[in-house]
Amino acid sequence: MTEMPAPKKLQAKDYATDQEVRWCPGCGDYAILKSVQKTLAELEADPAQTVFVSGIGCSSRFPYYMATYGFHTIHGRAPAIATGVKLANPDLDVWVVTGDGDGLSIGGNHLLHLLRRDVDLQLLLFNNEIYGLTKGQASPTSRPGTRSPSTPSGSLDQPVSATRFALGAGGSFVARTIDTDQKRMPAVLKRARAHRGTAMVEILQNCIVYNDGVFDLFAARDVAGERQLHLEHGQPMIFGAERDKGLRLKPGTLRVEVVSLSEVPESDLLVHDETDPMLATLLAGLEPPFPVAMGVLYAEERPESWEARQLAEVGQATGRPAPGPIQGDLDGLLRSGSTWTVE
Amino acid sequence: MEGSGPIVPSRREVESAVVRFAGDSGDGMQVTGSQFTLATALAGNDLATFPDFPAEIRAPVGTTFGVSAFQIQFGAREVRTAGDEVEVLVAMNPAALKVNLAEVRRGGLIILDSDAFTKRNLTKAGYEVDPRADGSLEPWRLLEIDMTQQTERAVAGLGLSKKEAHRCKNFWALGLVYWLFARERQATVDWLEKRFGKRPELVAANRAALDAGHAWGETAELPSEISAWSVPSARLAPGVYRNVTGSQALSWGLLAGAQKAGLGLTFCGYPITPASVLLHSLASLKSFGVVTFQAEDEIAAICAAIGAGYAGSLGVTASSGPGVALKTEALGLAIAAELPLIVVNAQRGGPSTGLPTKTEQSDLFQAVWGRNGDAPLAVISARSAADCFEVAIEAARIATTWMTPVILLTDGYLQNASEPWRVPNMADFADFPVQFHTQAPAEGESFQPYGRDPDSLARAWVRPGTPGLEHRIGGLERDALSGNISYDPDNHQVMTETRAAKIARIAKSYPPLALERGPEEGGDLLVVGWGSTWGPIGRAVSNMNEAGLAVGHLHLRHIWPLPEDLGDVLKRWRRVAVAEMNGGQLATLLRATYLVDAVPVTKVSGRPFKVAELEARLTALMKD
Repeated sequence: MTEMPAPKKLQAKDYATDQEVRWCPGCGDYAILKSVQKTLAELEADPAQTVFVSGIGCSSRFPYYMATYGFHTIHGRAPAIATGVKLANPDLDVWVVTGDGDGLSIGGNHLLHLLRRDVDLQLLLFNNEIYGLTKGQASPTSRPGTRSPSTPSGSLDQPVSATRFALGAGGSFVARTIDTDQKRMPAVLKRARAHRGTAMVEILQNCIVYNDGVFDLFAARDVAGERQLHLEHGQPMIFGAERDKGLRLKPGTLRVEVVSLSEVPESDLLVHDETDPMLATLLAGLEPPFPVAMGVLYAEERPESWEARQLAEVGQATGRPAPGPIQGDLDGLLRSGSTWTVE
Repeated sequence: MEGSGPIVPSRREVESAVVRFAGDSGDGMQVTGSQFTLATALAGNDLATFPDFPAEIRAPVGTTFGVSAFQIQFGAREVRTAGDEVEVLVAMNPAALKVNLAEVRRGGLIILDSDAFTKRNLTKAGYEVDPRADGSLEPWRLLEIDMTQQTERAVAGLGLSKKEAHRCKNFWALGLVYWLFARERQATVDWLEKRFGKRPELVAANRAALDAGHAWGETAELPSEISAWSVPSARLAPGVYRNVTGSQALSWGLLAGAQKAGLGLTFCGYPITPASVLLHSLASLKSFGVVTFQAEDEIAAICAAIGAGYAGSLGVTASSGPGVALKTEALGLAIAAELPLIVVNAQRGGPSTGLPTKTEQSDLFQAVWGRNGDAPLAVISARSAADCFEVAIEAARIATTWMTPVILLTDGYLQNASEPWRVPNMADFADFPVQFHTQAPAEGESFQPYGRDPDSLARAWVRPGTPGLEHRIGGLERDALSGNISYDPDNHQVMTETRAAKIARIAKSYPPLALERGPEEGGDLLVVGWGSTWGPIGRAVSNMNEAGLAVGHLHLRHIWPLPEDLGDVLKRWRRVAVAEMNGGQLATLLRATYLVDAVPVTKVSGRPFKVAELEARLTALMKD
C-alpha cells in the first residue's frame, strides 16, 4: 500500500477539461458551465463519482467540458440512459443536461417518466426557446409568432412550460434560474444536488445567434429587478429594484395581483411555501406583466429515491445493499420444478 | 381394487404421435397443452410443441379467429418438430374444428364436444350445414362426446356456477387424452394444487373433470377402430431432464452469461409480443441479483440498458421487430460508444405490426444491416428452445469480450415452444470474467478510452466511479485514442475500418463449422439454415439421407460475422439451398458474401416448415 497524498481541494477550473469550448461567443451556456464548475468545487464533488449525461443539441455538448465522467448520447434520450446508469450504480452523482428541444420535444416522453419515477439525479434544462444547433427553428417553448426558417410567418403552437410540465408529471423538485444570474445560480444548483429525487432546474439561456434577447422583457439589466421574483421558502413574495412591490392573492380568487407595499401591509402578501404544489403551479405560470418566478418553486421530501425502491427487492433477495454480479446456484435453478432422470 | 379394475385395453404401440388441442382462446387450450407436455415429458418421450394462438386475448366466443391451439409431437425417437400432420385433434367447438381440420391426417382421430355443436356455434364458425351431418368428415374417425354435460356431472355438488363448471371441460378433455396415451395424472394434480391453492373448490372441480375424462376413456365402449396408444420412452442420453421453453432457457442463459462474465445483469424491457415473457421471467429471479426495469417505451428500454452497460452492468433489452426498429438509433450509439449490450429480437411476422403471435425469421437484414452508417455488430441466433440457453451465454461472451452490442435472434415459435432439455452443469461452460480497467495513468499521461486490446481490438471498459480515469464518450465521431470529438477525415476512415475489423475478429473465436448431418466432404445439396428451422430441416435432410441422397444440413448459430470457414464448406457442395422463414434474407447474404448460387427455399405463412413440404421442395431442387 502506498500512502495517498491528501487530495488537494479542487478549484472550479479543475472541473474543466482541456477541450476547447465550441459554443458561439456570447452564448449563455458559458455562464452556466462556469456556474456548474463553481458549484461542484464549492461542494467538493468527487469528479470520479460525478457523471454528466446529455442528449443532442448545443446544451448537450456540456459533458465534453466537464472533467468528470461524461456521456453525450442521442437526441432526447439522456433521461433514459441516466436511469440505466442509476439502476446499475445508484451511488453515482448523475447530472442530465438537456435543452428545450431535446427534453421537451423529441425526449418529452422520457422526461415525463423520469419525473414521475423521481430518479435521484439533477436535470438541467437549458431553455433558449429555439433550436440552436440545427440553425434556428421554432422549439416547443417558442412563443407563438416566433419567426424562424421553419415558421416564416410566425409559429402557431402554444409553448409548453418546462416548470408546469415538471409539476404536472409529478416532479418532486422544480426550480428556475437564468444564465445572467451568476450570483444566485450556484445556490439553486446546490439545492438541486442536495435533493433526493429528480431535481429539475430550468435554466433560461440566451441564444445570441437565433433568439437573442428573448428574455429581455424580464432579464435585461435595467428591468431584471422589477420583473423577477426571487423566491425564498417562508418569506413573503416581495420584489422590485427597491423591494417595494409584492404579490398577494386577489381576495376570493386563486389569482395573484401585484400590490405596492406602500399601500398594502407585508402581512397581506403571499408567503412562499416550497412544499405547496398549488402555489408552485401558480408561480410557474407567472409571465410579464407579472414578475417571473426564480429559485426553488417546489421541493417535496420523499422518503426514498426511486432507485432505492426499485433495487430494494433485489437487495432483500440477495442480502446485498447495491446491485452486484449475478450470484446464486444456477445449477439449482435449472433443476427447479419438474425434472426426470434418464439412466 | 383387486379384480375390479378397468379392463386394460390392448394399446397399439406407436413410435410417435401428434396431438392438437383446439378451442376458444378462453378455453384454456394453452394450459391443457402444457400440462399434456409435462406429463409426456415425465413419461420419457422426446417431444416438441407448437403453441398457436391469436393476438386477441379473448376474441368473440365461437369465432374462427378466436381459435387457440396447442400442438405436440412426442415419440420414442428423437423429435425435432411439432409434427406435420395431426393424428389426434381435440376440437372444443365447431370453429376449432373448422380452423384445424386441414391439419389432421386423413384417417386421424377427431374428438369433439358435441354439446358445443349448436346451431348458433355452427353459424359463428361459418358452417351452413353441420359438418357431422353432410359427410364432409368421412375421411376422419370421429369421437363425439357430450363433454360439457359430462363435465357438469363430474363437478356437480362442488358449488361451482354453471360458467365455472364449463371452464373445467378442458381438463375433462385432458383426462381423456391422458387415458388415450397412458399418461400419469399426478403432475397435473400437483399443478392444480399450486395454481388454485387458495380456491380448493377449483382444485377439486378440475381434478374431478380430469378424473372423469380419464374414467370415460377406461369405461366407454369405444368403436373398434378407435384404440388407445402407447408410445415407448425415447432413448435419450443419460442425465437430468426438464421441459423448457425458449423464453425460460433464454432468461436462465442471460443469468448464466452474466455470472460467467462476473457481472450484474440489468434487463430493461417494454411490453411486446412475443418478447414480454422474458421480462416476466427475469423479474421473478431477483434473488440472483438481476435488476429488471419496465421502461416507458422501446427506446427508453434500450437506452437504460446502454446506461447500465456504461455503468458496468450487463445491459440487456428484448423486443420484437417493430420494437427493435425503434431501438435502431440507440444501437448505433452502443456501436459508437463501444459498450457491451444484448438485444434479443423474438421475431414475428412483419412488416409493421404484422402477425404478433405468428413466427417468422424476417428480421435478419434488420439485425445485420438495419442501421444508419457503417454500423457493424454481432448477430447470433438460437435453433431450439433449449439452445436459447447456450446462445444467451454466447451473446454475453461476445458482448463483453469485444465491447459490442449483440443481437440475439429468436422467434415467436422458439419463445413459446417447449422441449425436453438435458440440463447442463454450469461448470461445463467456461468463465469469461470481465476485467474492468482501473489503472490510472501515470503522472503527465492521460487515459485513452479508445486505446485497444491488440488481439480483440476491444477498448477498455471503465466504470464511472473509478478515480483517475474520468473520460467522455458519445455518439459524435471520436478521436481513435482520446475519445474526444473529432471530425478529422483520416480519423473517421480509421474508426470506421477499426469498428468493422473488431467485429470481424469475433469470428476467430468460433469453433470450426460442423454439419448437423450429411457427408462432411460434400455432395449434391447443402441445406443451410439458421434459427428455429433447425428441427424441420434436420428431419427432412435425415429422411433424404435415408433415401440415399447426398444431402447435408449446415445450421448457422453465428450470422454476423459469418464463420471464417463457411466459404470453404459451401464450395464442397454442388448446390446450396437456404431454407428460412422469410423472403430469402440469409440466401442473399451468402450470395453477396461468397458469390455462391444459394437458392432460397422460403415460407412466410406464420407457421414453421413442415418436414414433408421441405423434403419435397429440396428433392425437387436436386432434379433441376
